[in-house]
Amino acid sequence: MTGILSSSFFWLYAFGALALVAIGAFAMLVAMNLVRLLIAIEMLIKGVTLFLALAGLASGNRGLAQSAIVTLIVIEVVLMIVANGLVLGLFRQRGTISTQLLNEVKE
Amino acid sequence: MGSANTRPAYRDAHGKIDMDTLLVLALLLASVWTVSTARLLRSVIGLGLTSAVLAAALFRLEAPLAGVFELSVCAALVSVIFVMTVAVTQRLTKDDLSARQRQMLKRSWPIPLLVAVVAVVIFRHRTPANPFFATGISTDVRSMLWNERQLDLVGEMLVLLAGAFATVMLFKEAKK
Repeated sequence: MTGILSSSFFWLYAFGALALVAIGAFAMLVAMNLVRLLIAIEMLIKGVTLFLALAGLASGNRGLAQSAIVTLIVIEVVLMIVANGLVLGLFRQRGTISTQLLNEVKE
Repeated sequence: MGSANTRPAYRDAHGKIDMDTLLVLALLLASVWTVSTARLLRSVIGLGLTSAVLAAALFRLEAPLAGVFELSVCAALVSVIFVMTVAVTQRLTKDDLSARQRQMLKRSWPIPLLVAVVAVVIFRHRTPANPFFATGISTDVRSMLWNERQLDLVGEMLVLLAGAFATVMLFKEAKK
Protein backbone atom coordinates (compact mmCIF):
# COMPACT_ATOMS: atom_id res chain seq x y z
CA MET A 1 0.00 0.00 0.00
CA THR A 2 2.84 2.40 0.82
CA GLY A 3 4.29 1.79 -2.67
CA ILE A 4 1.25 3.08 -4.50
CA LEU A 5 0.75 5.94 -2.05
CA SER A 6 4.18 7.31 -2.93
CA SER A 7 3.59 7.12 -6.70
CA SER A 8 2.56 10.13 -8.78
CA PHE A 9 -0.01 7.85 -10.46
CA PHE A 10 -2.03 7.60 -7.24
CA TRP A 11 -1.93 11.32 -6.48
CA LEU A 12 -2.80 12.21 -10.08
CA TYR A 13 -6.06 10.26 -9.87
CA ALA A 14 -6.69 11.48 -6.30
CA PHE A 15 -6.40 15.04 -7.60
CA GLY A 16 -8.80 14.18 -10.45
CA ALA A 17 -11.35 12.72 -8.01
CA LEU A 18 -11.07 15.70 -5.66
CA ALA A 19 -11.47 18.11 -8.59
CA LEU A 20 -14.60 16.25 -9.74
CA VAL A 21 -16.12 16.51 -6.26
CA ALA A 22 -15.23 20.22 -6.11
CA ILE A 23 -16.68 20.90 -9.58
CA GLY A 24 -19.86 19.03 -8.66
CA ALA A 25 -20.25 20.87 -5.34
CA PHE A 26 -19.66 24.25 -6.99
CA ALA A 27 -22.13 23.47 -9.79
CA MET A 28 -24.71 22.40 -7.20
CA LEU A 29 -24.36 25.72 -5.39
CA VAL A 30 -24.75 27.88 -8.50
CA ALA A 31 -27.39 25.79 -10.34
CA MET A 32 -30.54 27.74 -11.17
CA ASN A 33 -32.12 24.87 -13.06
CA LEU A 34 -33.23 21.50 -11.68
CA VAL A 35 -31.68 19.51 -14.54
CA ARG A 36 -28.36 21.29 -13.98
CA LEU A 37 -28.64 20.49 -10.28
CA LEU A 38 -29.02 16.78 -11.10
CA ILE A 39 -26.05 16.95 -13.48
CA ALA A 40 -24.00 18.52 -10.65
CA ILE A 41 -25.00 15.64 -8.33
CA GLU A 42 -23.87 13.21 -11.06
CA MET A 43 -20.47 14.94 -11.16
CA LEU A 44 -20.15 14.58 -7.40
CA ILE A 45 -20.99 10.87 -7.60
CA LYS A 46 -18.39 10.41 -10.36
CA GLY A 47 -15.75 11.86 -8.07
CA VAL A 48 -16.78 9.42 -5.34
CA THR A 49 -16.65 6.53 -7.85
CA LEU A 50 -13.08 7.47 -8.76
CA PHE A 51 -12.15 7.68 -5.06
CA LEU A 52 -13.59 4.19 -4.45
CA ALA A 53 -11.61 2.68 -7.34
CA LEU A 54 -8.48 4.39 -6.09
CA ALA A 55 -9.05 3.15 -2.54
CA GLY A 56 -9.51 -0.40 -3.87
CA LEU A 57 -6.23 -0.18 -5.79
CA ALA A 58 -4.35 1.30 -2.83
CA SER A 59 -5.63 -1.27 -0.33
CA GLY A 60 -5.36 -4.19 -2.73
CA ASN A 61 -9.04 -5.01 -2.16
CA ARG A 62 -10.24 -4.46 -5.73
CA GLY A 63 -13.14 -6.88 -5.53
CA LEU A 64 -14.70 -5.01 -2.63
CA ALA A 65 -14.12 -1.65 -4.33
CA GLN A 66 -15.75 -2.85 -7.56
CA SER A 67 -18.75 -4.30 -5.75
CA ALA A 68 -19.16 -0.98 -3.90
CA ILE A 69 -18.93 0.91 -7.22
CA VAL A 70 -21.56 -1.37 -8.82
CA THR A 71 -23.87 -0.76 -5.83
CA LEU A 72 -23.22 3.00 -6.10
CA ILE A 73 -24.04 2.98 -9.84
CA VAL A 74 -27.33 1.11 -9.25
CA ILE A 75 -28.37 3.64 -6.58
CA GLU A 76 -27.22 6.53 -8.81
CA VAL A 77 -29.35 5.35 -11.74
CA VAL A 78 -32.48 4.86 -9.63
CA LEU A 79 -31.91 8.27 -8.02
CA MET A 80 -31.61 9.91 -11.43
CA ILE A 81 -34.72 8.18 -12.80
CA VAL A 82 -36.86 9.21 -9.82
CA ALA A 83 -35.40 12.75 -9.72
CA ASN A 84 -35.97 13.25 -13.46
CA GLY A 85 -39.53 11.99 -12.99
CA LEU A 86 -40.03 14.55 -10.23
CA VAL A 87 -38.61 17.31 -12.44
CA LEU A 88 -41.03 16.32 -15.20
CA GLY A 89 -43.92 16.26 -12.71
CA LEU A 90 -43.00 19.73 -11.46
CA PHE A 91 -42.67 20.98 -15.02
CA ARG A 92 -46.14 19.69 -15.88
CA GLN A 93 -47.64 21.37 -12.82
CA ARG A 94 -45.75 24.67 -12.79
CA GLY A 95 -44.36 25.00 -16.34
CA THR A 96 -40.80 25.72 -15.19
CA ILE A 97 -37.73 23.84 -13.92
CA SER A 98 -36.13 26.74 -12.07
CA THR A 99 -34.64 26.02 -8.63
CA GLN A 100 -36.49 29.09 -7.33
CA LEU A 101 -39.58 26.94 -7.67
CA LEU A 102 -38.40 24.73 -4.81
CA ASN A 103 -39.25 27.50 -2.33
CA GLU A 104 -42.88 27.34 -3.42
CA VAL A 105 -43.28 23.55 -3.40
CA LYS A 106 -43.99 23.37 0.36
CA GLU A 107 -46.88 25.83 0.07
CA MET B 1 1.75 2.84 -14.36
CA GLY B 2 3.80 5.07 -12.08
CA SER B 3 6.69 7.17 -13.41
CA ALA B 4 10.36 7.07 -12.50
CA ASN B 5 11.93 9.98 -10.62
CA THR B 6 14.36 10.88 -13.44
CA ARG B 7 11.63 12.17 -15.79
CA PRO B 8 8.64 14.49 -15.32
CA ALA B 9 5.66 12.72 -13.76
CA TYR B 10 3.45 13.39 -16.77
CA ARG B 11 5.84 11.66 -19.25
CA ASP B 12 6.14 7.89 -19.79
CA ALA B 13 9.29 5.81 -20.41
CA HIS B 14 9.35 6.90 -24.09
CA GLY B 15 9.11 10.60 -23.25
CA LYS B 16 5.51 10.79 -24.44
CA ILE B 17 2.77 12.32 -22.28
CA ASP B 18 1.47 9.68 -19.88
CA MET B 19 -1.91 8.03 -20.64
CA ASP B 20 -3.09 8.63 -17.05
CA THR B 21 -2.27 12.35 -17.24
CA LEU B 22 -4.22 12.57 -20.49
CA LEU B 23 -7.18 10.75 -18.93
CA VAL B 24 -7.32 13.01 -15.85
CA LEU B 25 -6.97 16.10 -18.06
CA ALA B 26 -9.78 14.87 -20.34
CA LEU B 27 -11.91 14.10 -17.28
CA LEU B 28 -11.45 17.60 -15.88
CA LEU B 29 -11.99 19.33 -19.24
CA ALA B 30 -15.18 17.31 -19.88
CA SER B 31 -16.56 18.02 -16.41
CA VAL B 32 -15.77 21.76 -16.57
CA TRP B 33 -17.41 21.96 -20.01
CA THR B 34 -20.43 20.06 -18.68
CA VAL B 35 -21.11 22.50 -15.85
CA SER B 36 -20.16 25.68 -17.72
CA THR B 37 -21.82 25.28 -21.12
CA ALA B 38 -24.92 27.41 -21.65
CA ARG B 39 -27.16 24.86 -23.39
CA LEU B 40 -28.69 22.03 -21.38
CA LEU B 41 -28.35 19.48 -24.18
CA ARG B 42 -24.62 20.19 -24.48
CA SER B 43 -24.36 19.81 -20.74
CA VAL B 44 -25.96 16.35 -20.98
CA ILE B 45 -23.59 15.37 -23.81
CA GLY B 46 -20.69 16.54 -21.62
CA LEU B 47 -21.97 14.35 -18.80
CA GLY B 48 -21.96 11.32 -21.11
CA LEU B 49 -18.43 12.21 -22.22
CA THR B 50 -17.28 12.52 -18.59
CA SER B 51 -18.75 9.08 -17.87
CA ALA B 52 -16.95 7.57 -20.86
CA VAL B 53 -13.60 9.05 -19.77
CA LEU B 54 -14.24 7.90 -16.20
CA ALA B 55 -14.89 4.38 -17.52
CA ALA B 56 -11.48 4.44 -19.23
CA ALA B 57 -9.92 5.66 -15.96
CA LEU B 58 -11.60 2.78 -14.09
CA PHE B 59 -10.02 0.33 -16.55
CA ARG B 60 -6.63 1.92 -15.83
CA LEU B 61 -7.32 1.58 -12.08
CA GLU B 62 -7.81 -2.18 -12.56
CA ALA B 63 -11.58 -2.09 -12.01
CA PRO B 64 -12.86 -3.44 -15.37
CA LEU B 65 -16.31 -4.50 -14.16
CA ALA B 66 -16.93 -1.07 -12.68
CA GLY B 67 -15.71 0.45 -15.96
CA VAL B 68 -18.17 -1.62 -17.99
CA PHE B 69 -21.01 -0.60 -15.65
CA GLU B 70 -20.00 3.05 -15.81
CA LEU B 71 -19.87 2.98 -19.62
CA SER B 72 -23.08 1.05 -20.24
CA VAL B 73 -25.25 2.45 -17.47
CA CYS B 74 -24.01 5.96 -16.71
CA ALA B 75 -22.68 7.03 -20.12
CA ALA B 76 -25.63 5.51 -21.99
CA LEU B 77 -28.76 5.04 -19.87
CA VAL B 78 -28.47 8.11 -17.63
CA SER B 79 -27.63 10.30 -20.65
CA VAL B 80 -30.74 9.05 -22.44
CA ILE B 81 -32.88 9.85 -19.37
CA PHE B 82 -31.46 13.38 -19.24
CA VAL B 83 -31.94 13.89 -22.99
CA MET B 84 -35.60 12.86 -22.60
CA THR B 85 -36.10 15.29 -19.71
CA VAL B 86 -34.45 18.14 -21.64
CA ALA B 87 -36.51 17.34 -24.75
CA VAL B 88 -39.76 17.48 -22.75
CA THR B 89 -38.91 20.61 -20.78
CA GLN B 90 -37.52 22.65 -23.71
CA ARG B 91 -40.54 23.72 -25.73
CA LEU B 92 -39.77 24.23 -29.42
CA THR B 93 -42.07 25.19 -32.28
CA LYS B 94 -42.06 23.09 -35.47
CA ASP B 95 -40.15 25.80 -37.36
CA ASP B 96 -37.53 26.03 -34.60
CA LEU B 97 -37.17 22.26 -34.63
CA SER B 98 -36.69 21.95 -38.40
CA ALA B 99 -34.26 24.89 -38.44
CA ARG B 100 -32.25 23.28 -35.64
CA GLN B 101 -32.24 19.91 -37.44
CA ARG B 102 -30.92 21.54 -40.64
CA GLN B 103 -28.24 23.30 -38.62
CA MET B 104 -27.22 20.07 -36.89
CA LEU B 105 -27.00 18.19 -40.21
CA LYS B 106 -24.75 20.91 -41.62
CA ARG B 107 -22.49 20.78 -38.59
CA SER B 108 -22.27 17.01 -38.18
CA TRP B 109 -20.84 16.03 -41.61
CA PRO B 110 -17.28 15.49 -40.23
CA ILE B 111 -18.48 12.91 -37.67
CA PRO B 112 -18.55 9.83 -40.00
CA LEU B 113 -15.14 10.89 -41.34
CA LEU B 114 -13.76 11.17 -37.81
CA VAL B 115 -15.19 7.76 -36.84
CA ALA B 116 -13.62 6.16 -39.93
CA VAL B 117 -10.19 7.74 -39.20
CA VAL B 118 -10.29 6.61 -35.53
CA ALA B 119 -11.31 3.07 -36.56
CA VAL B 120 -8.43 2.86 -39.07
CA VAL B 121 -5.92 4.17 -36.50
CA ILE B 122 -7.12 1.70 -33.85
CA PHE B 123 -6.97 -1.33 -36.12
CA ARG B 124 -3.58 -0.36 -37.57
CA HIS B 125 -2.09 -0.23 -34.04
CA ARG B 126 -3.60 -3.54 -32.97
CA THR B 127 -0.96 -6.10 -31.94
CA PRO B 128 -1.26 -9.62 -30.48
CA ALA B 129 0.03 -8.24 -27.16
CA ASN B 130 -2.52 -5.43 -27.19
CA PRO B 131 -5.67 -6.87 -28.84
CA PHE B 132 -8.05 -4.15 -27.53
CA PHE B 133 -10.48 -6.80 -26.40
CA ALA B 134 -10.56 -8.27 -22.89
CA THR B 135 -9.43 -11.88 -22.88
CA GLY B 136 -10.91 -12.75 -19.49
CA ILE B 137 -12.15 -11.30 -16.24
CA SER B 138 -11.28 -12.24 -12.70
CA THR B 139 -13.97 -14.08 -10.76
CA ASP B 140 -12.93 -12.06 -7.72
CA VAL B 141 -15.74 -9.48 -8.02
CA ARG B 142 -18.41 -12.08 -8.64
CA SER B 143 -17.46 -14.08 -5.56
CA MET B 144 -17.24 -10.84 -3.59
CA LEU B 145 -20.75 -9.80 -4.68
CA TRP B 146 -22.45 -13.18 -4.37
CA ASN B 147 -20.66 -14.68 -1.35
CA GLU B 148 -19.56 -11.81 0.86
CA ARG B 149 -21.77 -8.83 0.03
CA GLN B 150 -25.22 -10.43 -0.24
CA LEU B 151 -26.70 -7.59 1.79
CA ASP B 152 -25.59 -5.15 -0.94
CA LEU B 153 -27.53 -7.20 -3.48
CA VAL B 154 -30.64 -7.18 -1.29
CA GLY B 155 -30.24 -3.41 -0.91
CA GLU B 156 -29.82 -2.99 -4.69
CA MET B 157 -33.00 -4.99 -5.32
CA LEU B 158 -34.90 -2.90 -2.78
CA VAL B 159 -33.62 0.34 -4.33
CA LEU B 160 -34.58 -0.90 -7.83
CA LEU B 161 -38.06 -1.86 -6.61
CA ALA B 162 -38.44 1.51 -4.86
CA GLY B 163 -37.38 3.25 -8.10
CA ALA B 164 -39.86 1.27 -10.18
CA PHE B 165 -42.62 1.95 -7.64
CA ALA B 166 -41.81 5.69 -7.56
CA THR B 167 -41.81 5.88 -11.38
CA VAL B 168 -45.18 4.12 -11.58
CA MET B 169 -46.59 6.53 -8.97
CA LEU B 170 -45.26 9.55 -10.87
CA PHE B 171 -46.84 8.48 -14.16
CA LYS B 172 -50.08 7.69 -12.37
CA GLU B 173 -50.11 11.24 -11.01
CA ALA B 174 -49.37 12.63 -14.47
CA LYS B 175 -52.36 10.74 -15.95
CA LYS B 176 -54.71 12.15 -13.32
